[in-house]
Amino acid sequence: MSLLEVTGLRVAAADGRELVRDVSFAVDAGERLGLIGESGSGKSLTALAIMGLLPAGMTVAGGVVLDVPGLGRTEVAGLAEQRLNALRGRAATVVFQEPLTALDPLMRVGRQLAEPLRRRRGLRGAALRAAVRAALTEVRLAEPDRIAKAFPHQISGGQRQRVAIAMALACEPALLIADEPTTALDVTVQADVLALLDALVREKGMALLFISHDLAVVSAVTDRVVVLKDGVAVESGAVADIVRAPAHPYTRSLVASARELDSALDLAP
Amino acid sequence: MTPPATPPAVLAADRVGFAYRGAAPALADVSVSVVPGRSLALVGESGAGKTTLLRLLLGLTRPSTGRVLFDGRELATRDRSLMREFRRGVQPVFQDPYSSLDPRQRVGRIVAEPLRSLGLPASSGAAGPAPRGGKAAVAERVGAALRAVGLPEEAAGRYPHEFSGGQRQRIAIARAIVCEPRVLLADEPVSALDVSTRVRIVDLLAELRDTYGLTVVMVSHDLAVVAALCRHTAVLEHGRIVEQGDTASVLGSPAHSYTRRLVGSVPRLPRL
Amino acid sequence: MRRLTLVSGCVLAGAVVAIAVVSFLWLPYPPEDTSGGRLAPPGLPHLLGTDKLGRDLFTQLMIGARIALGVGLGSVALGGLLGVAAGLVAGFATRWLDDTVAVVLDILIAFPTLLLAMLLVAVRDASLGSAILAIGLAMSAVVARLTRVLVKRVLAQDYITAARTSGTSWRRIVTEHVLPNIWPTLVVNLALQLGLAVLAEASLSYLGLGPPPPNASWGRMLQEAQATVLVAPVGAIAPGVLVVALVVGVNLIADGLRDVADPTRRRTR
Repeated sequence: MSLLEVTGLRVAAADGRELVRDVSFAVDAGERLGLIGESGSGKSLTALAIMGLLPAGMTVAGGVVLDVPGLGRTEVAGLAEQRLNALRGRAATVVFQEPLTALDPLMRVGRQLAEPLRRRRGLRGAALRAAVRAALTEVRLAEPDRIAKAFPHQISGGQRQRVAIAMALACEPALLIADEPTTALDVTVQADVLALLDALVREKGMALLFISHDLAVVSAVTDRVVVLKDGVAVESGAVADIVRAPAHPYTRSLVASARELDSALDLAP
Repeated sequence: MTPPATPPAVLAADRVGFAYRGAAPALADVSVSVVPGRSLALVGESGAGKTTLLRLLLGLTRPSTGRVLFDGRELATRDRSLMREFRRGVQPVFQDPYSSLDPRQRVGRIVAEPLRSLGLPASSGAAGPAPRGGKAAVAERVGAALRAVGLPEEAAGRYPHEFSGGQRQRIAIARAIVCEPRVLLADEPVSALDVSTRVRIVDLLAELRDTYGLTVVMVSHDLAVVAALCRHTAVLEHGRIVEQGDTASVLGSPAHSYTRRLVGSVPRLPRL
Repeated sequence: MRRLTLVSGCVLAGAVVAIAVVSFLWLPYPPEDTSGGRLAPPGLPHLLGTDKLGRDLFTQLMIGARIALGVGLGSVALGGLLGVAAGLVAGFATRWLDDTVAVVLDILIAFPTLLLAMLLVAVRDASLGSAILAIGLAMSAVVARLTRVLVKRVLAQDYITAARTSGTSWRRIVTEHVLPNIWPTLVVNLALQLGLAVLAEASLSYLGLGPPPPNASWGRMLQEAQATVLVAPVGAIAPGVLVVALVVGVNLIADGLRDVADPTRRRTR
């Protein structure tokens, strides 16, 4: 039984337009899947549908089943907000593209991070402070004490994204959804954050659903990909196969574009 | 003044430095030359001073130290004829095609703005806006610019919000080339776009560079785009140029440790 | 839906405007005519009856509409002109001047309109001009603050930088880019301010700080009818109904206007 099973997922806007049409895929425990597509392909909506976080007015149909050991099998679509809340965090959490909007600008980083730790592990006082420090160290933040005391705007974009990852991990999720987590970051910071995600997912045996428009980035962290175009999954398979021999015309053009830019870097000095 | 070794630069930063009030210098002792026909990339990450350097090269901000030279003459806002020549010769393209087009103007008006502001096309000999037939001449130039960027002339009658991100960037490029500048200063022109759109805009810029003899100066952190488009590359770190030279050698065999780290960080596709 | 708002707003406010226009051409009785006797009940020959001095109520209401609209439009014109000008200056100003203007505006906004009106009446006299001046000045601070924020937002856009790099003069940047982009929001706000100005005029007149007789004002009519409200309720109800009709109408128009001037909200052809 898969950890996450999405079958025939449909998401429609308030005016009835179908934004995601009949998308199906599964993620096993500890597995990594990439969702790749350009803007408007429905990749972020798919992630929000899995979390039960779709904007008001949008309607969802089809099945999203999370089967987490210890929590049982749960159908997410149509679930009451209260049940969803119990599921979010433990079953799955999201790391978003822009860490500045994902963090509360008026709360010190340490306090924000303490909240899920307190809720999830019931820690208090000195034990909680130690856990915050450990969580910040785990995401390779060099000065955990300084970061914990800082407000989000006082630390860099890369540091914020690490804090957001630490907050996601604090819930000990079975599935981590990363929605364009490095798009807003510089290249060198992106490389560090990708390496961090890769190592953490391996250490914790988490499953990873990685959403991106960048084929090269996706291929660096996932094993399998699903290609979305205009809300439809046009192709899926192993990253290496898709990059080598894309079958669908859209995937072919996507790979060709990525290849064209990539090959520009094959410079003879 | 020592004569430059390379062909004379159209646009140059000569040992410029810049500091925002009460802050550490954003740029220190930076010298770059824009030589006709040799496209230049200014590479660096956020906070490296790329955007500040671009603003100096666009004549929007004055350097705290050093000089910005256009055709060997120092930019001075009071020298109106020099500034006019400069404005006509150096045009920008911005990163965000949603912020760079006035939502309340039709595309035709947006693209025509440099012509109107510079009083182009000037009627034979006389300075100032052309009195008669000026409108038709402007419309013709706008149509030609739109065609050059691969948009239909009918686009002129529509509003920016009716276009996609890639098309909007084409409109912004049309506005930049309508007055036939010599230098195009592009600030991360494709980083807000999807990969396939990105490739098409890079191709368009390369085509304009080759067919119109435009010299492209691009500020970017995307090394693949830089490698695809620019012959010369300068790498900025913390407001200083750490390395510059031929793109192939700077990115192909980087000498400076920061450049090496930058090149090593670019995510690559699996090898075939 | 929007259209309905706009139409019903126009009907309500239009009725008051029509009454005001007609009042210049025809009045049932001369305003000072007290031949009808005190507190005549509604009916014929006095449609709404007479007040405690024997003046025809319907005549007074018609003149009141003229005064309400005159003061409302006059103060919006004054406040709009002053406010937009000050807001533009502040929006373009350098840091130091801008900060100063912001503080001055905050103080002006905190200054009660009534106190300003009392001061003006003390210096000048209670007149139509004083009312317009007091309400317009108070309004200009609010409009200036809004304009300043809107201008700053537009100036931060890249199309302004693009205009500057083409050598577009500041004057043209204001008329071609800044004003057209802040106009829709300003118009909506000015319409809301018109409603507030009508209410302010009624309050000033109620307190005896408004235009003196023979200018009949709804606020003063309310005040005069107060003592006899149990015997002759129409005298208090009628001006109240008109104030509400005009203010609600103007607010509905403001709401409906929001979309009209904005090309980005118009449907694509």
